[in-house]
Amino acid sequence: MSELLVLIDHGAGKPRKVSLQLLTAARRLAAETGDTIAAVWLGPGAGDHAETLGRFGAQKLYHWDSEDAHGYVTLPQVEALQKIVEDGDVAGILFASTNHTKDVASRLAIRCDGGIITDCSDVEVEGGRILGTKEVFGGDMISKAKVAEGKLQLFGLNTNAVAAEEGDGGAPEVVSLDVSLSEDATKTKVVSVEKQVSGERPDIAEAATVVAGGRGLGEEEGFRLMEELADTIGAGVGASRAATDAGWYPHRFQIGQTGRTISPSLYIGCGISGAIQHRAGMQTAQNIVPINKDPDAPIFSIADFGVVGDLYKVVPALIEEIKKRKGD
Amino acid sequence: MKIVVPVKRVPDTAGEKKLSDDMTSDRESVEAVLNPLDEWSIETALQLKEAGKADEIVALCIGPEAAQATVRKALSYGLDAAVQVTDEGVHGSDALGIARILAKALEDLDADLVIFGSQSTDARTCIVPAAVAELLNRQALTFARHIEIDGETVTVHREHEEGWDVVESSLPAIVSVVEAINEPRYPSFKGIMAAKSKPLDTKSLADIGVDPSEVGLANAAAQIQDAQPRPPKEAGTIVEDDGSGSVGASALADWLQEKKFI
Repeated sequence: MSELLVLIDHGAGKPRKVSLQLLTAARRLAAETGDTIAAVWLGPGAGDHAETLGRFGAQKLYHWDSEDAHGYVTLPQVEALQKIVEDGDVAGILFASTNHTKDVASRLAIRCDGGIITDCSDVEVEGGRILGTKEVFGGDMISKAKVAEGKLQLFGLNTNAVAAEEGDGGAPEVVSLDVSLSEDATKTKVVSVEKQVSGERPDIAEAATVVAGGRGLGEEEGFRLMEELADTIGAGVGASRAATDAGWYPHRFQIGQTGRTISPSLYIGCGISGAIQHRAGMQTAQNIVPINKDPDAPIFSIADFGVVGDLYKVVPALIEEIKKRKGD
Repeated sequence: MKIVVPVKRVPDTAGEKKLSDDMTSDRESVEAVLNPLDEWSIETALQLKEAGKADEIVALCIGPEAAQATVRKALSYGLDAAVQVTDEGVHGSDALGIARILAKALEDLDADLVIFGSQSTDARTCIVPAAVAELLNRQALTFARHIEIDGETVTVHREHEEGWDVVESSLPAIVSVVEAINEPRYPSFKGIMAAKSKPLDTKSLADIGVDPSEVGLANAAAQIQDAQPRPPKEAGTIVEDDGSGSVGASALADWLQEKKFI
């Protein structure tokens, strides 16, 4: 029986939300293909989470318990996955569409004769092969793509593409990996790691709700208001390119064509006109709420609910209203 | 040191896009531009040359004859020369196929450093730089927000979801850059005029030794089965605030509550 691998994305010693979503997607695929589901945890720390991974669908857990595999290191992770593929019978691999895993997947695809579909908003099975849905041309079109017959299937899913749902699986069989790295795999060295995490606020890729600020904020200080709104509803904070270009918020929070793609349940855009470049990064949000004083801003055309008004009046009032209703 | 900057011709984001019957992009139907992300890689290369770290910068483009305009645009920023791979056999190649063509072209160019934009605005896969590095057996330092060259060592600040890692490797290497790395310049009038006469070497797939069975639509590992325009969205509720903030806030809070967000 073939295996469907799920590359577990983890941080601070625990699986990220996307990993449980990937396992849920894998369960749906395996129900049709009959593949077994094997999670792959590269780096230390899998032991405490084996049961959770099993509950979400992992029947087997490949674990390379080594600092060599930990963090943003590409080639060691490629070589670990290559070993699993070469030693076993792997039909496909699901991974989170992040900067890092895209590097890993592309090198692995070259080594193991695979094909890659990245940034999928859904996956299904058609004719025994995985079919991935993804947006192309900045979200103007939605395409469905497969990997050619006979090639290793590699599919990258966006965070929040699939809702994580527990199954009824028990603890997976844990298989320890022993990987001997090539000389090339250790040539790139991580000298230091600079974390820029904003307290307890969730990252925009993981957050169920994202509050984003744009040019209409007028100044950097406007982002303090965005953060206050975000903290009131447990949201992540993002920015349009105009705002990051102005230096009001760090570049890595930029949403859009040249930044990051997000798929939250709720997106609240403040002072963002909704140019096509920004929409390319957020229009898969399930609910879109702009607050903008320009009634002709293009973002209102894709809004589920919108407020035409001065964000500096509306947002503070909204924060108070939400606190009141939550009984804070 | 020689730097190669791969550049891509992409459909203008603001234009209407269409697919041809074979599910490849109908590039005739929309205005084409230099991939916006390539402006940052070009700027990175220019700054390294101005700092005395590089002697020569070559643009590399895969695309139809019409992509020559894109190549000239890249040259207008101040690059020294360009190579364009133009061949019917390229049509329909997926990202890994394009990586194979780029890798072959790069073998001939013998670059110490290859600097990509982190993605193209049409495909947005981000997978080409690492795939090229794999094919050339080189180190890849991708998503760089800062780069330094010291002798044979390249150090980058590699951006990720939680911040960045400081990563170093030896040359030759492949790098991709994100927007945070610099502020791209505009081409000068002098640069635009000079670009018209700069060396542009046009090559076929056979010239660079690409096996036709590894590229093109028929050999793409990623195969598009179907593509449709995004369905139009139903009009949402738009509320006009009265200037106090409270009308808009109250209506929005009602909606958020109804949808169980609060």
